[in-house]
Amino acid sequence: MNDTICAISTSLGVGAISIVRVTGEDAIKIVDSIFDSSLVDKKTHTIHYGHIKYNNEIIDEVLIMLMKAPKTYTKEDIVEINCHGGNSTTKKVLEILLLCGCRLAEPGEFTKRAYLNGRINLLEAESVNDLIVAKTDAARMLAINNVDGNLTKRIRSIREKIVKILANIEVNIDYPEYQDEVQVTQQLMNEYLTDINKELKKLVEGAKNGRIIKEGINIAIIGRPNVGKSSILNHLLDEEKAIVTDIPGTTRDIVEGSITLNGIAINFIDTAGIRETSDVVEKIGVDRSKRSAESADIILFVANNNEKLTKEDLELLEKYDSENLIIFVNKCDLERKIEIPGNISREIIWGNTIDINGLDSLKIAIKNKLNLDSIVNKDMSYLSNIRQIDLVNKANSAVENAYNALKNDMPIDMIEIDLKSAWEYLGEIIGDSYQDELVDNIFSNFCLGK
Amino acid sequence: MYDVIVVGGGHAGIEASHIAAKIGKNTLLVTGNIKNIGDMPCNPSIGGTAKGIIVREVDALGGLMGHIADISQIQIKMLNNSKGPAVRSLRAQADKITYPKNMQDTLMKMPNLTIKEAMIEDLILEDNTVKGVVTSDGTKISGTMVILTTGTYLKGNILVGSENTPGGPHGEARSNHLSDQLKEYGLKIIRLKTGTPQRIKKDSIDFSVMQEEKGDKTPWTFSFDYNASYDIEKQQSCYLLYTNENTHKIIRDNLKKSAMYGGYATGVGPRYCPSIEDKIVRFADKERHQLFLEPESLYYDDWYLQGFSTSMPRDVQERMVHSLKGLENAVITKYAYAIEYDAIDPLQIKPSLENKVINNLFTAGQINGTSGYEEAAGQGIIAGINASLKLDHKEPLILKRSDAYIGVLIDDLVTKGTIEPYRMLTSRAEFRLILRHDNADLRLREYAKKCGTISDEQYRRFQKKKEEISELTNILKEKHISLTADNKKIFERNNIQIPTSNLSFYELLKRPEIKLSFLENFIDLNFSNEVKEQVEISIKYEGYIKKTYKEVEKLVKLEEKEIPDDINYAKVLNLASEAKQKLEKIRPKTIAQASRISGVNPVDISVLSVYLKKEYNK
Repeated sequence: MNDTICAISTSLGVGAISIVRVTGEDAIKIVDSIFDSSLVDKKTHTIHYGHIKYNNEIIDEVLIMLMKAPKTYTKEDIVEINCHGGNSTTKKVLEILLLCGCRLAEPGEFTKRAYLNGRINLLEAESVNDLIVAKTDAARMLAINNVDGNLTKRIRSIREKIVKILANIEVNIDYPEYQDEVQVTQQLMNEYLTDINKELKKLVEGAKNGRIIKEGINIAIIGRPNVGKSSILNHLLDEEKAIVTDIPGTTRDIVEGSITLNGIAINFIDTAGIRETSDVVEKIGVDRSKRSAESADIILFVANNNEKLTKEDLELLEKYDSENLIIFVNKCDLERKIEIPGNISREIIWGNTIDINGLDSLKIAIKNKLNLDSIVNKDMSYLSNIRQIDLVNKANSAVENAYNALKNDMPIDMIEIDLKSAWEYLGEIIGDSYQDELVDNIFSNFCLGK
Repeated sequence: MYDVIVVGGGHAGIEASHIAAKIGKNTLLVTGNIKNIGDMPCNPSIGGTAKGIIVREVDALGGLMGHIADISQIQIKMLNNSKGPAVRSLRAQADKITYPKNMQDTLMKMPNLTIKEAMIEDLILEDNTVKGVVTSDGTKISGTMVILTTGTYLKGNILVGSENTPGGPHGEARSNHLSDQLKEYGLKIIRLKTGTPQRIKKDSIDFSVMQEEKGDKTPWTFSFDYNASYDIEKQQSCYLLYTNENTHKIIRDNLKKSAMYGGYATGVGPRYCPSIEDKIVRFADKERHQLFLEPESLYYDDWYLQGFSTSMPRDVQERMVHSLKGLENAVITKYAYAIEYDAIDPLQIKPSLENKVINNLFTAGQINGTSGYEEAAGQGIIAGINASLKLDHKEPLILKRSDAYIGVLIDDLVTKGTIEPYRMLTSRAEFRLILRHDNADLRLREYAKKCGTISDEQYRRFQKKKEEISELTNILKEKHISLTADNKKIFERNNIQIPTSNLSFYELLKRPEIKLSFLENFIDLNFSNEVKEQVEISIKYEGYIKKTYKEVEKLVKLEEKEIPDDINYAKVLNLASEAKQKLEKIRPKTIAQASRISGVNPVDISVLSVYLKKEYNK
């Protein structure tokens, strides 16, 4: 076993309870020395009531969860101290533990131990991190699914398929005189590659969903001033009782607010003020708005039912015309003055912010555009971080190389080289292939305590 | 007092003693029967997939097997010609009379080499260092280095049905005590099994109902130093035949009578070369199995029934053979048998093939757990070279996995160990695109030169070949095709798309449908076929070759991360206990080697790397 580490595992705010977690060789011994009854001979996976004492002073009244190796998160002894919440008490308990021989855990060190002690694989370890930072229910479900190894299973099954083909080719090569064995012909290889390519594409497609679930969708609201952008946002936010988030990030610092639809975070980006201007300062703002509009997943163009479309409106419509454009005509409770030019082919959504259900049509349009209903399902197993997606893409292009080589009449032995690297890339995702600095890199992205 | 004593005159012993003598060491070859030097007790062929490449590597390193096979073969062909340059491999039917005879003649003429007939039963040991050998009559022969290449003779047992006869192949005497002695000196002994099929009398075979398999119409040689000098038209044929339902029934009905299934054998047999009863049990749904009839020699009438090896009693063998189409009236001249023998655990061997427990003792061939003439020869030459280098206090020759199949073979043995006789397969080599049969000289002759195992003349020819390769490559890069009407016609005639501009020949050759021979319509290339082949492969598959080298680089990086000899694995926290045990036992020299040990997972390697960084700042 390892040296003993400890950390506060609950978030550092004020709450009813906070948990200090201790794991390692002396976890039980150390906690025992500051607890008022003996833990050493107690059964594993039991809870004990008592007090944390130091220098004859009672620090806190606590519940202690005792978990002995190996059936624990880290596969080492774990003791969790449930303290009364509040910064000062919890910190005091932590301090005492440090004085008694524990070391403060590095970020992610608990999970690192779980990984290094062979309890979870790399992909599962990454998913634990996702689980911790999950912002929505769907993101949480995705993470827990991957912690359970669903994605691992999928990737393993593709790898198994590849290995089977590789093995068949090897047999053909090593035993050329045995004509009775299945020969991997061009045609057969073609079938195999098509199948694997399909599977990998599903993963890549799924990765898009994984990102959506994890990070949510960015919707840029564009339109002239006073068409009702802000009231739409407020209406949506108010109705969903969503919290206005302050997620740090590059584009997100202009996020106006987030709601959840089907468990997925929808981040609205206000781009108010897209217009021609000579003011230098305002121009910077406009450029930034334009950029965020361009990188958004959906562009929501808002027009006013009660006014005619202006030249500016038409220019925006033309500029942002794409698959991802939703045209919303607001203020339908007022008299219709708007005229829709015949050349606009996109679907137009009508609604208002006055009626309780006035924005339902908009929500449905967003859901449909993103296929939200099909993204969030029970057996979600999507790749959700850049490292994984990058590797799947690499695997897929290796398979495509193999496919092209096949078309060019390259001998089977060359085709196999690409197939083998696809297999290795997939192995890297789940940590079956060894890569040097990968481990430290991944674990430094963990929050403290887990 | 000899510099080097080699025990055993099989394919490993031959190469070991020959190369040591060639380097100039006073060498003794001791064998139970001089007439059996170079004997082929099993299949009458040299080479085959992957194995053929090893033969070329032995040749490139200055060994004998390639050339002797060339002058003793009665049929030769290139396998896997269509499956890619990396997996091509030569296979020759070698005459079982001519091959040993040519081998013996060559060895008899070797300066520095003495050959003696004796059975070795013990080693002379002082302080864990070998000082010589002891024969069965107690005679002591001293030598500084000893190389054991005992094949299947260590406590060999021949199994036919329930019969169990002590002895080696051909009823030769076995070594009764040597393996016990080795065990006493601290070596772990494992028991392995192999087998050989029936020999059939030629005029009792009806070849007319079998499929004929002919030799290639292109001349080939294993050796880089001689040209082919055989008559292509006079090659012998082999024949393909199949088992049938009746054969399978006979085997199933009598399964308990076989040595293996009756429980009369204890050794572990090879998975890749199963007995016919194994095949029928393990692949029960297969309707038939392929068999081959191969001629053993021009000088006697035995044909080798490849694929039919068994340990059934003789009467069942008779019925099995007679159930085969074309062999209804066959006369069996030798019955199939299984043979069990002692080997040492290869995990106790260093990559130099020197023993970890006993200094100056080297081993090669079946005693190290391998199977096959070629695998034996590959180890034999390395053991011979390294014993000689050690005499000169020089660093051993350790071929990397990216250098040679021999490197892969030895690394696998000493890193992973083996529980069954180890056979080389192309799939064991991760860098096989650069370990081709055609470039074995380019890969290994520099090493050979350094070790003094090739002559100046051989090295000069090799240099010349290298120069010609770069000359031809430059010509193809510098010269461009001119798209004259005549030239365009040549493209059209060959159904090849006419290039749109005056491409260089190098660029043209990169196109999949264009071969170098086609380009010779436009440009005179006065080079040997070997040089052309080399250039064509390296241009055509350049992308793939580069990819492979990238992988090699990755490995080299890990190979450079050395693990200190004094590492205490008990102190490495977080290592899984299985990994700890394996690492402790094998004590790999580098992180790369550690990563190949089965049971050592990527996680363990990370842990180990972190530990090395921390403790040794590596």
